[in-house]
Amino acid sequence: MNPIGNLNKIFESRIRLGVMSILMVNEEVNFNDLKQMLEVTDGNLASHLNTLEENGYLKVHKGFIGRKTNTTYVITAAGEKAFKGHLAALEHMIRFTK
Amino acid sequence: MTDQQHLQALSDIKRIMERSSRFISLSGLSGISAGISALVGAAIARNWLVDYYTRWEKTGAYNDADYASLKVHLIALGLCVMVVALCGGTFFTWRRARKNKLSIWDVTARKVLFNVAIPLAAGGAFIAGLLYNHLEPLVAPTCLVFYGLALINASKYTLPDVRYLGICETILGIVNLFFLRKGLYFWAVGFGLLHIIYGALMWWKYERKGSFQSIA
Repeated sequence: MNPIGNLNKIFESRIRLGVMSILMVNEEVNFNDLKQMLEVTDGNLASHLNTLEENGYLKVHKGFIGRKTNTTYVITAAGEKAFKGHLAALEHMIRFTK
Repeated sequence: MTDQQHLQALSDIKRIMERSSRFISLSGLSGISAGISALVGAAIARNWLVDYYTRWEKTGAYNDADYASLKVHLIALGLCVMVVALCGGTFFTWRRARKNKLSIWDVTARKVLFNVAIPLAAGGAFIAGLLYNHLEPLVAPTCLVFYGLALINASKYTLPDVRYLGICETILGIVNLFFLRKGLYFWAVGFGLLHIIYGALMWWKYERKGSFQSIA
């Protein structure tokens, strides 16, 4: 088995990895909370969220609180599987090279 | 990527998972200050009760107006103690959050407050009902039981140790049901002593210099 092959290219970005970590332990998180927790700018976060959505790792819910838009993000089953696979590969890498 | 980077990535993931799902700034000093407020409140209440009973002994008769005034005083005192305890508690937690460069008002803080508020609101309404029906001796045990359940409910979103404090408060409240005349003492132990012990333990475990223990 080639462990490097199991590392998910999409999770090489720290921000995307951060988004997935947060969504793993929270049912539903909105844009502003993600931004606050990861300390990133709007544009930067939005583009990373796009990538994750395009890969089917998260689902976007667009809603309203009063007149303000409230966009929330939920992890998909595929996203969970990919994230766990990536974690396993990381662990394997560390043990493998020891 | 090197090994070092993999390890860094794993520890990042762990940290982000913790911080995004648990409110970790809750300070042990908050518990201690809340406990001290409760003990001071209980001492004042005890003085008032002793005064009330001495007057009763002297006159030898039950006095409706006297009793009503005692009741209003005690309720006001209870609310004051709650406000003081909340302010002190917020202050120390705010201080700890600032030290760790974390926000005191983030998604996890909202979750903790919301989950504490549900059982507490139910308990508050329940106590209002008890007072309405002149069941005063049941107030102290009810406070303890609902507060304990509120802590157990919120412990999922903050330091897991809060769960044990919640269990102790709940048990204390139930035991109090079998010693109804000792309500004030149970109240002082539950809101005073237990908070101080819990706060000191938490401070020792997480905040003391040289303590590097992580939450999970």
